[in-house]
Amino acid sequence: MTSTVARARPESRPTTARRRVRRNGTATPYLFLLPYGVLFLGFMVLPAIYGIWISLHDYDYLLPRQPWVGLQNYTDLFKSGTRDSYDFWQSMKATGIFTLFSVPFLVVLPLGVALLLNRAFPARTLFRAVFFTPYVLGVAVVGVLFRFLLDPNIGVVNTYLHHVGVNRNIPWITQLPWAWISLVAMTVWWTLGFNAIIYLAGLQDISPELYEAADVDGANTWDKFRNVTLPGLRPVMLFVITLTILASANMFGQALLLTNGAPANETRTAIMEIGQVGLRQYRQGAAAAMSYILAIALILISLINFRLLRNRGDA
Amino acid sequence: MNQLDTSLTRRGFLGTVGAVGGALALAACGGKSTPPGTGGATGAAAGGASYSGPAVKLAFWNGWTGADGDFAKKMVDQFNKANPNVQVQMNVYQWADFFQKLPAAVQSGNGPDVSVMHIDDIPTQAAQQVIVPIDAIAQALNLSSSQFSPAVWNGGVYQDKRYGIPIDVHNLGLYYNQDLFDKAGISAPPTNESEYLDALDKLKSKGIQGSWVSPFQFTGGFMFQSLLWQFGGDLYDSDNTKATWDSDAGVKALQWMVDLINKGYSPKNVGQDADYLALKNSKNAMNWQGIWQVNDVNKLTTPKIGLAPLPKIGPQGGVWGNSHQFVLPRNGSNDSNKQSAARYFIHWFTQNEAEWAQSAKVPAETSLQSSPDFTKLTDLKPFAEEVPDVHFPPAVAGIGDATAKLYDAIQSAVLGKSDPASALSSSAKTATGILSSNKKKYG
Repeated sequence: MTSTVARARPESRPTTARRRVRRNGTATPYLFLLPYGVLFLGFMVLPAIYGIWISLHDYDYLLPRQPWVGLQNYTDLFKSGTRDSYDFWQSMKATGIFTLFSVPFLVVLPLGVALLLNRAFPARTLFRAVFFTPYVLGVAVVGVLFRFLLDPNIGVVNTYLHHVGVNRNIPWITQLPWAWISLVAMTVWWTLGFNAIIYLAGLQDISPELYEAADVDGANTWDKFRNVTLPGLRPVMLFVITLTILASANMFGQALLLTNGAPANETRTAIMEIGQVGLRQYRQGAAAAMSYILAIALILISLINFRLLRNRGDA
Repeated sequence: MNQLDTSLTRRGFLGTVGAVGGALALAACGGKSTPPGTGGATGAAAGGASYSGPAVKLAFWNGWTGADGDFAKKMVDQFNKANPNVQVQMNVYQWADFFQKLPAAVQSGNGPDVSVMHIDDIPTQAAQQVIVPIDAIAQALNLSSSQFSPAVWNGGVYQDKRYGIPIDVHNLGLYYNQDLFDKAGISAPPTNESEYLDALDKLKSKGIQGSWVSPFQFTGGFMFQSLLWQFGGDLYDSDNTKATWDSDAGVKALQWMVDLINKGYSPKNVGQDADYLALKNSKNAMNWQGIWQVNDVNKLTTPKIGLAPLPKIGPQGGVWGNSHQFVLPRNGSNDSNKQSAARYFIHWFTQNEAEWAQSAKVPAETSLQSSPDFTKLTDLKPFAEEVPDVHFPPAVAGIGDATAKLYDAIQSAVLGKSDPASALSSSAKTATGILSSNKKKYG
């Protein structure tokens, strides 16, 4: 995803760059990549491969024997009535629901905010900071804060709703669909500023001459947004969408703290379930298999996402 | 977050936040004052009645994140001062974090020298060889079953070997809001079902919902288990191969909780901790709460919170409880001096638990429960009185995996998503499957 962003930048002096690399030897770029390469290999690739090995065993790293079970950890997940299948797919569904409802907001709202913050007005820097501030908070702070705000019976939000005439306690954190509304709203409030900053950087990368040319052609604001801003932001948007989907699919802390899975595990996400199985039930084999299914799902979604946005770019 | 994390990083992240989630967790300590019969061991390497080896440092890990951690720290400081040869360093982790850190540390040879865990975690950790048998210490301390309630004593045993030295009992009691009781004209805390319902009616006539039912383990899960035992049921059958909470007693217990909501004695949708917070805010009048909150309510100037034994709603006594026990992690270093110093520390701690009781625990040893040092802590008296009725989680490896299903069922019923009987029976069936799969794994 980063490479796409890089490619979108105008390559100003390709010849000079190429010559310089040659002067320093063919190995130079690889040497620069080496430090990260070592970390990537050591902390991503090797553990990921080892994870496949783990998922093929009834694995508990504390026990002397790790019985080989072949693909059973995977096949069990696709068989109803096995120990994990119901909980796992329920958690995958929860993750899917959260991703489906949070991503559109997290892609569109920050864009609006970024457009506003990109205009010249007094105290602009202050407002940029204001929108970004929640992102600085840790998930624990945000989660506990919202739990007290949203508690159905003793929370601040319902108390104020009473004052304006809402005569029932809305179960913000204990019933559906309220729990999802709360989780999505909280996450949007929390991370909106991050996406907005990325959009803002993208907006500032669009050449002002394009807008001037559009003005000359008699384009109105909407035309300019559609034909200059959006195409200019396409690589940034691809980045934001991919990032947001992955972050949403990895959602964990918010649900753990705000709802703790309530009601009846409906808001327990895949990551919560995987952690429960792997770390509390000491069944790393099953947890690794679940991780791989989640990872494959995310890879597929990311591929579709890339393909869709790229096709539109080529057309 | 923005990458396809490997499962490993994700789990690491999980652990951290998981700990935060469990933050409410137990903060229990125990109190003993008079030393138990000493004698037995003499040499340094024996059970730990003394230590005469070279100077050593001991790492002591526990999950006492609450006020009890401060009391433990005080005791450790005392110990360090009195024993310059043995310096104990205490590390506190959230319990949820603790059970990810401890096994990993032990496995890599970096585990602590001495530790504490709950009765129901001992079998799982013993089966995984995270902790080692300590029969020698129990012998050296002259501990025997007659000194403890049987459940506390037997809870430290896994497959005929002792892994835990009991420190305390921490159980539920009835916390009531005296201000609201005065307002409703209730003269004494209820002790049985009719008094309980009578009190609730009086409170209701004043517009107070008097007994908030939590859909979460803290405290709804504990309330259910207490009621289950009171109605004559149990969580598992005698050899722990079958979950039995879907018995008539179980259905009755859960129905009783749901009825509190249906009859308007509790609001719907009580959030995490809201039952207890509402008690302190004078919105809730009664809360079946753990002894570990005693010091917290004592900090309040208003309202006044009273403490009483749990009412007997069913025909017999039944109270949820748990126990902290000392354990010795498997030590990669094989340093025999450290090991005997650790034994000595355990010995010392169990003999000097006057401090410990102050952190709101009932001493594990029955004789200490009537000692003057403990009885002067009058707030804890109702909890100590209940000890004969306390039931502990069964000592079976991986039992928590199965009991988690019960908490799901309780939540489902309390939040009105399913009726008590069907929630309990389907969860019991799932839990029985988990028991048999765990049996295969742990043996």
